[in-house]
This record gives sequence, C-alpha cells and structure tokens, in this order.
Amino acid sequence: MRLERKLALGLLALVFSATIMAGVLSPPSYSQQFRDLPNAPPSRAFPLGTDELGRSRLSRLLEGTRVSLLLAPAAAVLSTLLAGLIGGVAGYLGGWWERLAMGATDLVLSLPWLFLLLTVRAMLPLNVSPLGSVLITFALLGLLGWAAAARVVCAGARSLRNSDFILRARAGGGRAGRVLLVHVLPNLKPVLYAQFWISIPVFILAEANLGILGLGVAEPLPSWGSLLRDLEHCDLRMLTAAPWLLVPLALLAVVVTSFQILLPTEDFPS
Amino acid sequence: MSTHCIVRHVVKILATLLVGGFLGATMVRLSPGFGVDEQELDTRLSADSIRALRHAREPEEHILPFYVQYLSGLFKGNLGVSHSLGRPVAELLAERIPVTLRSVGTGVLGGWLLALVLALPSATYRLRAYDLFSTLVSGIFLCLPSAVLALLLLFTGGAPGCAIALVLFPKLFRYTRNLLLETYRAPHVLTAQAKGLSRTRILAWHVLPYVAPQLLALGGVSVSMAFGAAIPVEAICDSPGIGQLAWLAALGRDLPVLVNLTLLVTLVTLVAGTASELAGTMSTMQPR
Repeated sequence: MRLERKLALGLLALVFSATIMAGVLSPPSYSQQFRDLPNAPPSRAFPLGTDELGRSRLSRLLEGTRVSLLLAPAAAVLSTLLAGLIGGVAGYLGGWWERLAMGATDLVLSLPWLFLLLTVRAMLPLNVSPLGSVLITFALLGLLGWAAAARVVCAGARSLRNSDFILRARAGGGRAGRVLLVHVLPNLKPVLYAQFWISIPVFILAEANLGILGLGVAEPLPSWGSLLRDLEHCDLRMLTAAPWLLVPLALLAVVVTSFQILLPTEDFPS
Repeated sequence: MSTHCIVRHVVKILATLLVGGFLGATMVRLSPGFGVDEQELDTRLSADSIRALRHAREPEEHILPFYVQYLSGLFKGNLGVSHSLGRPVAELLAERIPVTLRSVGTGVLGGWLLALVLALPSATYRLRAYDLFSTLVSGIFLCLPSAVLALLLLFTGGAPGCAIALVLFPKLFRYTRNLLLETYRAPHVLTAQAKGLSRTRILAWHVLPYVAPQLLALGGVSVSMAFGAAIPVEAICDSPGIGQLAWLAALGRDLPVLVNLTLLVTLVTLVAGTASELAGTMSTMQPR
C-alpha cells in the first residue's frame, strides 16, 4: 500500500474513532443548550465554542461526522446494489432489456443529480422526525445515485456475456438467473467495489449541499450540511476573528480527500 | 453526417423529454408531501380558507390529465402559473434564463480554461512539482461542496459564474490530465517524440486531435454539471436565475414550475450531450 493511502486510511480511522469516543471527548450532548453561553469562544469545556443556541460545537461536529460516516457508506451500498442489479441484468441479457435499462439510465443522467435530489427531498412531508430526515436523505442518495454506476456495470456485464466460461455455463443448461448470480456478478465484483468507493465522497458532498440549502437532516440532529449552514451567517471578518467556525469544513475536506485517495485507481485507470 | 442520424437523435431527445417530464411530474405527485402546503400550518387561516387552498390544487391531483393539459398548453405557449410565486411560469423563465446562461457560460468557460491551464503543462512537461501542485489545487476544490464554494465566493465578492467554474474545473482537470497522459504514452506520440518533433507540434498535431472526441464529449457533460452546480450557487449567492427558481420551487412544492424546469434542464442536457457527441463523431471522421 502506498504511503498516501496508508495516511488516508489512518486519518479516516482517527476521525471514526473520535466519533465513537464523542462522549469522552466532548461530554455535553449535541442537543443540550447552555442558554447562558450562546456563541461562546473555545474554552476547556467547549473546545470549539458554542453555537447561537449555546450547544457545544464539538459535540455537534462529532455527532454530525458519525451520521455522515455511517450513512454515506450505507447509501453507497444501496446504490451499488441497485447498479449491480440493473446494470448486471441489462448487460447480461442484452437486447431490449439493455436498451430499456440504458434508456432509464440516460433519463436519470439527463437531469443534474442535485436537481433531482432537491426536487424529491422537498416533496417529502413537512413533519418528519430528525431521525426520519437522516434516513430519508441518505436513502434518497442511495436510490437516486445508481445511474452512472449502472452504466459501468452494464458495460462490464456486456463484455462478460460472450466470454468462454459464460458460454460454457449456458451450454451446460444453466438458467439465466443462476448464471448471472453465480458467474457474472462475482466477476463484476471489482467494478462494484470501485463504484462503492466512488459513491461515498459523492454522497457526503451531496448531503452537505442539501444541508446547506436547508433540505438535509432536520434539527436538532447535526450533519455536515447543517453544520456548514452556520457559515451562511458569517462574513470574511467574522471568520478571521473566529477561525474555529471553519473546523467542520476542514474536517469534511479531510474526510472526502481521504476517500478520494482510497479509490481503487490501480484496477480502474480513469 | 446522415439526415437519418440527426433525425434519430432528435426523436430520441423528444421521447426522453416527454417521458422525463411525465416521470418527473409523477414522482412529484406521488411523493408523500405532495399537496401539503406550508400555508395550511398558519393558525390564522379558517377551515374554509384551508379548504379553498386544497381546492386550488385539485387539478394537479390526477397526474395524467394534468400532464396532457400541460402539454397542450405548452404547444400554445402557456406554461402554467407558479403557485408559490403567483406568476406565469413563462414570464419567470424568460426573466431568469439569461441570468443562468451568463453564469453557466462563464462557469463552463472558466472551468475549462482553468482545467486546461493546469492539465496541459502537467501532461506536456511532466514536472513533478508542477504536477503535485496542480493535483493538490484540484483536490482541494474537488472535496468542497459547491454550496460552500459559493459561500466562499460570496465572502470575497466573486460572481456566481466563478463559483461554477471552481466546481467544474477539478473534475475537468482530472479527466483531461489523465486522458493527455494516456495519449502521451500512445505509440504514435512516442514515435513523434523519437523523431525529435517539438513539444508544441506534438501537442497540436498528434495529441489534441487524438483526444478531441473525448474532450468534446466531456464538454457536453460539463454543461449538465454546470446546471447542477448553478442550483446551490444561485441559491446561496441570491442570483435570480433558473437554479434559484428550482430551489424556490422545490421548497414551495410548485408542480408547474418543477415540471417546466425538469423539461428545460433535460432539454439543455440532452442537446449539449448530443451536440458534443455529433461533434466528436465528426472530428473522428476527419482524415489525419
């Protein structure tokens, strides 16, 4: 493993450990309000200060990071499974199935990803609980993020369709479903694995964008998006005077960069 | 380029538009929050007023008649009326399209300019320090959400187009750089280098024509990416364009505006993609 990949993995492990030990690193709950201390600067009790409601910024950052680090990979699993199913079946069966699946893929891809997300997210009920909003946001990311990956998987399955071992399996009387499950999909594992890793930073950034636009995770549950939303009320002078407000942005950048470095580029040169 | 090919592309675009618009409207109609109006939470409104609000939305309840009615109106130039903004959609689009075209145009041009300025020397000279610098710069921008870039631009007084350019350039840079590096390893380029041709000549005669179809295809994709980036950028920068309208319509659950925007954005993306695909095909047909 190359040095930068080791470093990226170490950083991710460090960030993930910090979120697990959130209670030790920052004892106050992310929703506990210290009304006497709104917008407090960093102190021993609140290493990153407090927000306008007197909530510990560090506690909120650690909780928000945990939410994103747990649910972005879960959404990536969902989108990769969908891509594997749609792309794998379309590529293996070919003909009308492939045309239909690729038509649907083209349709989804013809709309900008954020526009699609924004529209669907905004149409959900107004009275969603914070936990519900987290699950809905990441489920939407998973359900709408399959298209680009499906195209890659379809190309992979198409190239396998006429390979010797698949022809032999079909000639031996193997049913389409069985050949797909036993022979095609296991051979697409590297493609699916790459798509999974590619999706994680994309989903983290998408959630952050939705959160900043007010359509992400509902308060009081924090996420990177809702934490970055605080920057909207700042200006350059404020940020210079209170640089700790940029810590969520710096952490997001570190995590996304680490995921980008960990992408399996050896197998799939871009 | 045969007429048959162009007709096939036009039919494909129209079919995708029709199906896309219908699916978009269906998706909006079937979503659990459809029909829920924030105004209904206003405790000052009487039961009669709330009933009147719901009655006003009744024509949208049945999606197929709504879509057929919408399409027949579309051919007459009537795009419906926005619920949340209380104005004809055609009027809103006419006001906002030029603003977005300016931002997206600046963004696409700026993004490509930055990407090429960083990628060309990186691939041509292969200086390790420069390569590291350009990869680092693009990496920094790649890991920031577009809304944050818009905020940072807002703090420094930059235009929305600049934010879109900063969103696009890292993706364009990475693809272009990898493509150029791959081409520089191709046998015909190695032969040209062995013959002692100058760097400029190799780039202009042997590398750029070879990568042109793929770069043109990426050009089409970059237009779609720019429209996607325009939503958070215009919403944050308070720029009255299509992106901001999409955000306002999504927040206001404004079906007429959302259907029109879906069709418009799909049309732009498909036309840009098809045009770049055709340009790429034509460039590969040119004798070298």
